[in-house]
Amino acid sequence: MKWKISKHQPGRRRFMRLLGRAMVFAGAALFSVGLMGRRGLAAAIPALAGTNYDWTKHRWGFGVDATRCIGCLRCVEACKTENGVVRDAHHFRTWVERYVYLKGERKPQVDSQSDPGNIAASGSETEFRFDNRYQDAKVEKAFFVPKLCNQCEHPPCVQVCPVGATFRTPDGVVLIDHDYCIGCQYCVQACPYGVRLFNHAHGVTDKCTWCYHRIVRGLQPACVEVCPTNARLFGDQNDPESVISKFIRENRTRVLKPEMGTSPNVFYIGLDKEVM
Amino acid sequence: MEALVHAAPYTGFVYPNETIIPWGILIVIYPYITGLVAGSFTVATFYHVFGVPRFKPVARFALLTSLAFMLIVPLPLLLHLGHPERALNVILTPHLTSAFAAFGFFAAFYVILVMLEIWFAFREDIIAMAQNRKGLLKRFYRALTLGSDEISETTRAYDAKWLKALAITGIAGAHGLHGYVGFVFGSLKSREWWGSDLMPAIFLVSAIISGISILIVIYVVTSRIRKTLIDKDCMKGLAYLLWGFLIFAVVLEFLEFANIVYKGREGIETVMALIAGPIWFGVWVLQLGGSVAAFVILTYVIWRGTQDKQLIIGVTVSAVMVLVAVFAMRWNVVIGGQELSKTMQGLLSYTPTIFDREGISAVVIVFALPFFVLWGLTRLFPPWLSHGRQT
Repeated sequence: MKWKISKHQPGRRRFMRLLGRAMVFAGAALFSVGLMGRRGLAAAIPALAGTNYDWTKHRWGFGVDATRCIGCLRCVEACKTENGVVRDAHHFRTWVERYVYLKGERKPQVDSQSDPGNIAASGSETEFRFDNRYQDAKVEKAFFVPKLCNQCEHPPCVQVCPVGATFRTPDGVVLIDHDYCIGCQYCVQACPYGVRLFNHAHGVTDKCTWCYHRIVRGLQPACVEVCPTNARLFGDQNDPESVISKFIRENRTRVLKPEMGTSPNVFYIGLDKEVM
Repeated sequence: MEALVHAAPYTGFVYPNETIIPWGILIVIYPYITGLVAGSFTVATFYHVFGVPRFKPVARFALLTSLAFMLIVPLPLLLHLGHPERALNVILTPHLTSAFAAFGFFAAFYVILVMLEIWFAFREDIIAMAQNRKGLLKRFYRALTLGSDEISETTRAYDAKWLKALAITGIAGAHGLHGYVGFVFGSLKSREWWGSDLMPAIFLVSAIISGISILIVIYVVTSRIRKTLIDKDCMKGLAYLLWGFLIFAVVLEFLEFANIVYKGREGIETVMALIAGPIWFGVWVLQLGGSVAAFVILTYVIWRGTQDKQLIIGVTVSAVMVLVAVFAMRWNVVIGGQELSKTMQGLLSYTPTIFDREGISAVVIVFALPFFVLWGLTRLFPPWLSHGRQT
């Protein structure tokens, strides 16, 4: 296209050149601010402070023996205390489900400690208890299922995070950088297991970390520590003699919602077909 | 603490954390507004790219409408974020596997593109106003001319070429933007009600019909206010366009639903309970009823060749119905999807708050803003042909 030269041409050229330079400069400035904002992975994990922990040497795994769970909910209590989770009936890093098959019914009755009946039984949302609603019922089969983050091999929550605030560590735990999370809750939507929760006071997402601050110091997660029946097991899958390696080796385990393609790292035994 | 969370009541069994619904009515309005952006741009391209002359009276106005809504699109998202001050991180350090990470780029690209398109469409008017206006406005238009006040056959051809090129890119941009919004929901496997391959297509087509409809409504209302005649031929063109895309939209939505029912995967009883329970009014009355009623009226108008007042009333009423139906569709997808528990064994029921950062009052303000922006834009760049030269 041929342009006619008008008297404004030199001025416009100068203006365009200036505009171009300003844009390049602004772009570079923004980009470097972004780089500065992005810290190293390890620096983003307060749990690692003051440890010599080498996360390339471990591959953590979690086992749940549902046949052993008695629904005492000490795990839920310990988790809330250990991790400062909001004390109400709507925020849990871990919880317990109760499945009850009544005589003559084909589908189970399912509830968790959050059920209004159970809250009424405990007297408040800050204490956890299963009520005795099936005391006089004819129960055919019943069991409890502890739930927590599956620390998936292919976590959909990590996939959808728009800023990369949530990530999977080399030892196989999915963590959140709370100083980087923008609080969009896309990850809450993406988790098929309903494990992620939102901390409204801090405006960021929260989740079970298998008590990362404890396990990097050689301790057990709080829920495992307090479980009176050893229904919850924890260990290093890299070590063939660890409890988790033995648990997986000696039992026919299953994971939750395998069709999601997430490859969970919480291995269950003693689940029935209705458990989702 | 209590005031911060609103737990949703539920039936059956739901995961404990699900009782706090993550995305409320603000995220209903977000795809709704984005859809209006894409739809009104579509109308503009019918004139600028496909050269359909009957859309000329609204072509430039459609561009301004698209921009006005687009400028407000980020607002509902920002209001929803737990940390809006970190929002820019999405652009500075995008996590490329996230559908959300693309939003900033899509949006920025589209806003710049529409602004350029508007500049070329209004260039001659800007030059004229730079000469006619006084004071601050004169300086404003003067700056906008970018130092070139030449109008000749050569520049006209040049502008037309750019208008077309930008509009062609814009079709891809606007539709990409909205198809992407559908992907945000459709790509999630965690929710049965969202995770569908048809979702982006459904979002796209419903965006187009809602955009055409908002244009019809604003065109009719503003013509009344300006006491000018409504271009019948243009109105008829808009009716044809709405009618055609409406058929697509209804068929796609039906196919999507038929797929879920026919496949009847685990938990189908709960899906059926969802559309019979929490969202029945939105699905059957507003979405389906509204779409079918609009379709019947439009068919009548087109078939009978209705003229004058009847034509305008018929098309406008259909447009309003489509706007309501598409809003209901957004609600049924965004809220409905979250009301269906991930356990597939329970249903939640969401009630929006009123005077909350994410409540109804916030939504009313957010939805009113584009109209103010549009009013401002039409004052600065009068799009009506009687005001300036013919595009």
